[in-house]
Amino acid sequence: MIALGYTMVYGVLQLINFAHSEVFMVGTFAGLYALKAMASGPEGGIVLAGVVGTAMLAAMGASALTALGLERIAYRPLRNRGAPRLSYLISAIGASLFLQNLLFVLTPIGGPAPRPYPNVMVRRTAFTVLGYSVSNQQLLIVATMIAMYLALDRFVMASHTGRGIRAVAEDPETAGMMGVNIKRIVVVTFLVGGLMAGAAGSLYGIYFGQARFDIGFIPGIKAFTAAVLGGIGNIRGALLGGLLLGLLENLGVTCIRSDWQDVIAFLVLVAVLMFRPSGLLGEAVRG
Amino acid sequence: MNISGRAASVGAWIREHRGWATIVVVAALLVLVLVPLRLSPYSQSVLVDMLQYALLALGLNVVVGFAGLLDLGYVAFYAIGNYAFAIVTAGTFSKALYFGAGTHLPPVPVWHDWMWLLLLVGLVAAMVAGVVLGAPTLRLRGDYLAIVTLGFGEIVRIAARNFDSITVGPRGITSIPHPELHLFGLHYSFGLDPRPYYYLLLVLCALMIGVVTRLNRSRIGRAWVAIREDELAAAAMGVPTVRMKLWAFAIGASTAGVAGVVNASRVNFVSPDGFTLLTSIFILSMVVLGGMGNVWGAIVGAAVIVVVPEVIRSAVPSFQQYRFLVFGAVLVIVMIFRPQGLIPSRRRAMELESADAIL
Repeated sequence: MIALGYTMVYGVLQLINFAHSEVFMVGTFAGLYALKAMASGPEGGIVLAGVVGTAMLAAMGASALTALGLERIAYRPLRNRGAPRLSYLISAIGASLFLQNLLFVLTPIGGPAPRPYPNVMVRRTAFTVLGYSVSNQQLLIVATMIAMYLALDRFVMASHTGRGIRAVAEDPETAGMMGVNIKRIVVVTFLVGGLMAGAAGSLYGIYFGQARFDIGFIPGIKAFTAAVLGGIGNIRGALLGGLLLGLLENLGVTCIRSDWQDVIAFLVLVAVLMFRPSGLLGEAVRG
Repeated sequence: MNISGRAASVGAWIREHRGWATIVVVAALLVLVLVPLRLSPYSQSVLVDMLQYALLALGLNVVVGFAGLLDLGYVAFYAIGNYAFAIVTAGTFSKALYFGAGTHLPPVPVWHDWMWLLLLVGLVAAMVAGVVLGAPTLRLRGDYLAIVTLGFGEIVRIAARNFDSITVGPRGITSIPHPELHLFGLHYSFGLDPRPYYYLLLVLCALMIGVVTRLNRSRIGRAWVAIREDELAAAAMGVPTVRMKLWAFAIGASTAGVAGVVNASRVNFVSPDGFTLLTSIFILSMVVLGGMGNVWGAIVGAAVIVVVPEVIRSAVPSFQQYRFLVFGAVLVIVMIFRPQGLIPSRRRAMELESADAIL
């Protein structure tokens, strides 16, 4: 799901948003505090659905705001000047470092130690398939992912703005001449990317039970790998890439030691970039 | 515009007043040589840190500033230099070979006589790593390269953590010997005193400045400019782009390797925790702040970024934890308001102010 956010922003700007992992991290924290505000212990039924849903919405809102702020502060001045690619990358890294350490320094909210998530949704086995048990949390994640994916796919493929996004991705100059408001499209793209990251962040928090200032880094890299694997800028590709990467990692760990798990993502990334740089399903926002 | 004008007038001034310029340079050298003698050991070690980072920034400047390749895993080459020296001198490698891991033996004394050769070993090891990483990845576009190098940096760190038998894992390698000098019957042991390292690094930095300025004006340097400005056009004009980018990578990497060897021999200890992404960004912010593509910019950047936080910290002790917050903000602010850095390279400033637009 983070991969979806990457893919969106990349497709439109032809740029890797290095600060995307921090947008995700902000989402995790926002989800945490929203949950804390509403519930203290395990909940069930309708209440649970409401609480988790609201927390996810709060996380999405916070992440979207962060993404918009990023666009406004770290990207737009450069774009207005027509700066070279290198400037964007450096600016994004700076912003990423800044956000990370902001959460590190603000001890009432973040701080160096991980913040535990309230145990609202107790993990238990929902059902068993072929001897593998699927927990209720995993079910939630998969369900949300599918819903998000469908919504995003519809948005990009069918809506007016979505058509604008695809046009800008393909050829910004021509799109601009045809009357597409590029500035607005870029903002919307960051917004959507932020929403996705926020949802992913809160789910990540619920599943792994904690939030920390540097939590965004590894998921960020992995999501990027997933996006590249599927074909960056391609929404279906991102979904496929995410699934494949998850599989590869888990298979890889059974073959070698688990210390190396994070290395697998990198190796996959390098291999894909070398042998099939356009990814499995090809580049460009196609859907 | 006014920047390039100013730079030009400095150049003209130097040409007109050659005598004065020489005096200024000699005076600056004297200050550099004499200053550490008057300082407290603490300030001396800050200065040594500064020079060491200046060396690293000079190397990264070749990659980022000259060739325009964003390398986010630069620390990996530094780590390789560190570990190359540590593994050989502390004998973990030979121990692993002959006695199995964890055997406790004193450091191999024979290496003391070969210490200076190990500077070359670190250099070559890092250079080889640079070429191995660069050969497949330098064909990629800029932002992919950034993320692959970032991944490489992490892989090296994780490898150092996991190859217990050779790198002693997360505990790190201790008991690395200090360098010794046996030259024309003169025997000198470096020990813990920061001063000899200061002079060693001063010489290395001066050497590097000489090499880099010459390179920049050479055929390779011009090829780098061409690649940076328009890779497609450069390739069309017959510039072997991948080979030229590999050169930039190899030179940057070997510089980091040398800096790594000096570091390992100075602090006597290496562990994987010293080589995180943050260190890469730390060095990158020196290059960016100082001015990409400018040799003196890299030095000034290193000086500002190492010394200023130390000064602030001595006044406000809690500053330490805000350091990276400030660095992040500095990177963004510099990119927005002064992309050419404190001391701009004339050519680079023109590019950064009005280059081809992305949108």
